[in-house]
Amino acid sequence: MKLVTAVVKPFKLEDVKSALEPLGIAGLTVSEVQGFGRQKGHTEVYRGAEYSVDFVPKVKIEVLAADSEVRKVVDVMVEAARTGKIGDGKVWVTDVEELVRVRTGERGSDAL
Amino acid sequence: MKIDSGNTAWVLASSALVLIMTPGLAFFYAGMVRGKNALGMLMQNFTTIGLVSVVWVAASYSIAFGPDGFHGLFGTLHEAGVQHLGSAVAGYSGNLAQTIPPVVFVCFQLMFAVITPALFTGSIADRMKFGSFCVIVVAWSLLVYGPVAHWVFSPTGWAFRLGALDFAGGSVVHMNAGAAALALAIVLGKRVGWPQMQMRPHNLPFTLLGAALLWFGWFGFNAGSALGANQLAGYAFLNTNTATAAAMLGWVIYERIVNGKATTLGAASGAVAGLVAITPGAGYVSPLGSIAVGIMAGVICAFACRLKFRLGFDDALDVVGVHLVGGLVGTLSVGLFATTLINSGGANGLFYGGGFTLLGKQALVSVAVIAYSFAATLLIALVVKLIMGLRVSADDELAGLDTTLHAETAYEIGFAGAGGTYAPADRPVEHPMGTGTR
Repeated sequence: MKLVTAVVKPFKLEDVKSALEPLGIAGLTVSEVQGFGRQKGHTEVYRGAEYSVDFVPKVKIEVLAADSEVRKVVDVMVEAARTGKIGDGKVWVTDVEELVRVRTGERGSDAL
Repeated sequence: MKIDSGNTAWVLASSALVLIMTPGLAFFYAGMVRGKNALGMLMQNFTTIGLVSVVWVAASYSIAFGPDGFHGLFGTLHEAGVQHLGSAVAGYSGNLAQTIPPVVFVCFQLMFAVITPALFTGSIADRMKFGSFCVIVVAWSLLVYGPVAHWVFSPTGWAFRLGALDFAGGSVVHMNAGAAALALAIVLGKRVGWPQMQMRPHNLPFTLLGAALLWFGWFGFNAGSALGANQLAGYAFLNTNTATAAAMLGWVIYERIVNGKATTLGAASGAVAGLVAITPGAGYVSPLGSIAVGIMAGVICAFACRLKFRLGFDDALDVVGVHLVGGLVGTLSVGLFATTLINSGGANGLFYGGGFTLLGKQALVSVAVIAYSFAATLLIALVVKLIMGLRVSADDELAGLDTTLHAETAYEIGFAGAGGTYAPADRPVEHPMGTGTR
């Protein structure tokens, strides 16, 4: 099992979610995050004083997937999140050691 | 003494309008500070209503409007405790005779006394001890506001007798508060991290809502200062709105040209600068004159807000740039635009054939108010600093005044709550996870 984590532009959340649905992904977790990558932030002006705002708002999407599914999940998420402009974000994959469904106690891939 | 019920009703209603300006100011300022200091700012303003309301009745009304004590410098304590109100307010006789009961005048002027020290909370934001603030407000009300109001507002005051014009408080309220703000910012010192650290406004919608309440309440401030429901009140009302509108446009156009963007904070600030600047002339200038006053105020105050970075004093929310400078622009512009066509009890300014006489008087009173307020406030602040200290610790300042001074949080965001336990106030709170760094 793998955990796919994507940090993408907030307005791309719906696109990523709809793109995942046909793959039979059973669930995902979304958080509002902020940070910076290569994309520069923006400038704000208050009474003539300029502030550079470096942290840009993003959404973090986390999806658990079976090993056989991971490649497809990643490809679909990357495709759906892409605008081609700087600041599109990143997607990465990590190993998941154990997984338990809280309600039933099922473990491993049964819990996906 | 002839009492007019219409005039009395208008001044009572105006008093309530002026009261709402202080909570309005609280939100205007609170939106501009960081979220961890929002309650600290609101609390300073609300507490000022409490402190000054009591001090006014006890003594400072009498210092301002009691019988003259010494060459028009201050009133005696004859009316301390708001006693002996049976006869007319000192000096208001002949052409100046009031047509409202003296106690109504006490109410109306109280609201001015309240908002004036509240104005300087913008310069001391985010770093002053609460107890020290309270002591400063009380001392300032008695030693600075009372005397200056006596000079300018009371017909027995020296500035009034000189013939200087201040319809609703350009000098008494705005220059006075602005000069005090400068002195306090200097004695208090800069906020930790200023000007390198980011201190963005945390809620500009609050600031705009606050500005809207100020604008609304200011009709009581200026049109109420006619002390009657009459044509003069109408002119003051229209001039207030016109100058405010022009100043908002002036500020926004200035920043659009200089900084590239028109901002909501600029619109709110411009409106307040216009309200400040038209205050002394609302009942003396024509509506066309008020446009000129407003545009000048908008542009000059927008420019003046940059000065603190050059001069190095941390007037956090630009009380000097808006109130000292705006009050000065307004007070001097009375010397230019005042016309007896609007108010036969006034005088003609430079542009209406009055020569430099009125302008000179306006300048003299401006210098006197700024100098006295600055010096007296500096002295009060230094004494309080010596006895009680002025600043919270750097750690508390970084943590924010809301939790460190008031044991509260302005905003709970998200649904996780605060964790921890709760116990009624008479039992100690248990900290099963330990008390951390407290």
